[in-house]
Amino acid sequence: MREGLEASFAKRFDGGAVIEICGLTLGADPEITVLFGPSGCGKTTVLRCLAGLERPDSGTIRFGEEFWFGSAGRHPLPPQRRKVGFVPQDYALFPHLSVEQNIGYGLYGLPARESRARVAGTMRWLGLEGLEQRRPGALSGGQQQRVALARALVTRPRLLLLDEPLSALDAPARLRVRNELRPMLRRLSIPTLLVTHDRAEALALGDTLWVMNRGKLLQHGLAHEVFSRPADLDVAAIVAMETVQPGRVLKITDGLATVAVGPAILTALALDVQAVAEEVYVCIRAEEVILVKGPGSPSSARNCLPGTVCSLAREGPMVRAHLDCGFPLAALLTHQACEEMLLRQGDAVSALIKAPHIHLIPRAG
Amino acid sequence: MSAEDWQLIWFTARMAALSTCLVLPVGLALAWCLARPRWRGKALVETLVSLPLVLPPVVTGLVLLTLFGRRGPLGRWLYQQLGLDIVFTWKAVVLALAVMSLPLFVRAARTALEEVNPLFEQLARTLGAGEWRVLLTITLPLARRGIIAGTMLAFARALGEFGATIMVAGNIPGQTTTLPVAIYSSVELGVTARPWMLAGVSATLAFLAIWTSERLVRRPKGLRLKAKG
Repeated sequence: MREGLEASFAKRFDGGAVIEICGLTLGADPEITVLFGPSGCGKTTVLRCLAGLERPDSGTIRFGEEFWFGSAGRHPLPPQRRKVGFVPQDYALFPHLSVEQNIGYGLYGLPARESRARVAGTMRWLGLEGLEQRRPGALSGGQQQRVALARALVTRPRLLLLDEPLSALDAPARLRVRNELRPMLRRLSIPTLLVTHDRAEALALGDTLWVMNRGKLLQHGLAHEVFSRPADLDVAAIVAMETVQPGRVLKITDGLATVAVGPAILTALALDVQAVAEEVYVCIRAEEVILVKGPGSPSSARNCLPGTVCSLAREGPMVRAHLDCGFPLAALLTHQACEEMLLRQGDAVSALIKAPHIHLIPRAG
Repeated sequence: MSAEDWQLIWFTARMAALSTCLVLPVGLALAWCLARPRWRGKALVETLVSLPLVLPPVVTGLVLLTLFGRRGPLGRWLYQQLGLDIVFTWKAVVLALAVMSLPLFVRAARTALEEVNPLFEQLARTLGAGEWRVLLTITLPLARRGIIAGTMLAFARALGEFGATIMVAGNIPGQTTTLPVAIYSSVELGVTARPWMLAGVSATLAFLAIWTSERLVRRPKGLRLKAKG
């Protein structure tokens, strides 16, 4: 018996855009999978195809032994029989129904007592007591989000689809709900596919992650791993890898690769490179770069690059520094650290980067 | 006002109400079909439904008279099968009013149905609702203001219908004469006060119907939600 969802399908749009999903598998384990990609890359369409609201042109969508969509002459399973919980981006709470009626909508056909008990239970669980008679228009963004989640969950779906669940919230609510949502989803143990274009959201909520761009799935892996180890330049750009520079492998010893980037020499883990003289791209996340003023102390597993500060830009509580270390390098440090060091433009600094934090992408051709 | 005038007003209102009852189910079904995306023959149905809006009412009446007269294709069948006489009876009044007010209702109801965000309907489906349940619990309630407004419009139109009514139902006092027809024949007879009095009644009724309809179309905020791709 095969468990969980397996989807491979294609959908073409009039404008020429194509969605081509290959081997999207979800949840024999009840885990939270993030579908990550820039706006307009087709993430929402994937969710809508899985929910049955949009019809692929070809391919198959299978849940366990049940075909939801198969191109071999079969009719697609209509959305009302897929038992999928779908929470769209702006929640789409029924404006003419009370909170209680919204949540209970999917329990039609159940005895009234059981239906009421389940609605009450779900409302308690999500902290919505006291709002039973409210209309959706009279709820805050965070409450609307929980009502939408409750409405999807009360039917005990086999699969949960969340489309940008936090994007309709203002900043403080987003932070709070982000922290609440993960334990909630974990306790549910329903396989969940969550769409987002926000890195912090993806890291906070996801177990595994698919990177998507221009209608195609590019890379799959543990969420934090994909963000620090993109498989190619495309993914590196989508996960906003700050420093990507061409380099050349000089030698490989004891699993450590020595790489030349411009005039600088770096030590990285030799995970994805096999040969000396191989052309690579060197990827370094800004938050993995530690800055010290003046000369630093190098060690075997830690790079120490001398450089100068080209520019400093304040980003909320953080400061983004652009350095010249023989190649352009971005670093992210707290505003406080910056103040403490009295860091100014033109200062001589050392950038410290641990070898495991330097990721190498083999350069094809 | 004489008892005869009261009877006339009461009769006209009753006929208009009956025709509205006839328009409502037929018009809703038509509006629902026309609010769906493309299907074959949609443009034709669209045009046919709206035709009485622009055709001279007398022509619509003539068509109805021909169709439902005892020798007409529909009239003959109704008479032979059910023993029903349509033309020049109160049934013809209802028929004429219904046909003439249908386009107004269909237009209003169709716009209202089209304005319902399809995401609500889709979401209801993911929650297990079949098409009928979606229609009854989501689409119609969300479109209700427009539908009620359309109903009022249809009723108002029916109150004032003249051309088609006189063609197909004639002017039989106490049996088929409606308010507008009575105004016309009073003028014909050279009576001076009565037409104005009846016109006042007519205008008051029309004013009330349109006013209610306008009030209903202005929806409160918060009932709309933009769709997002």
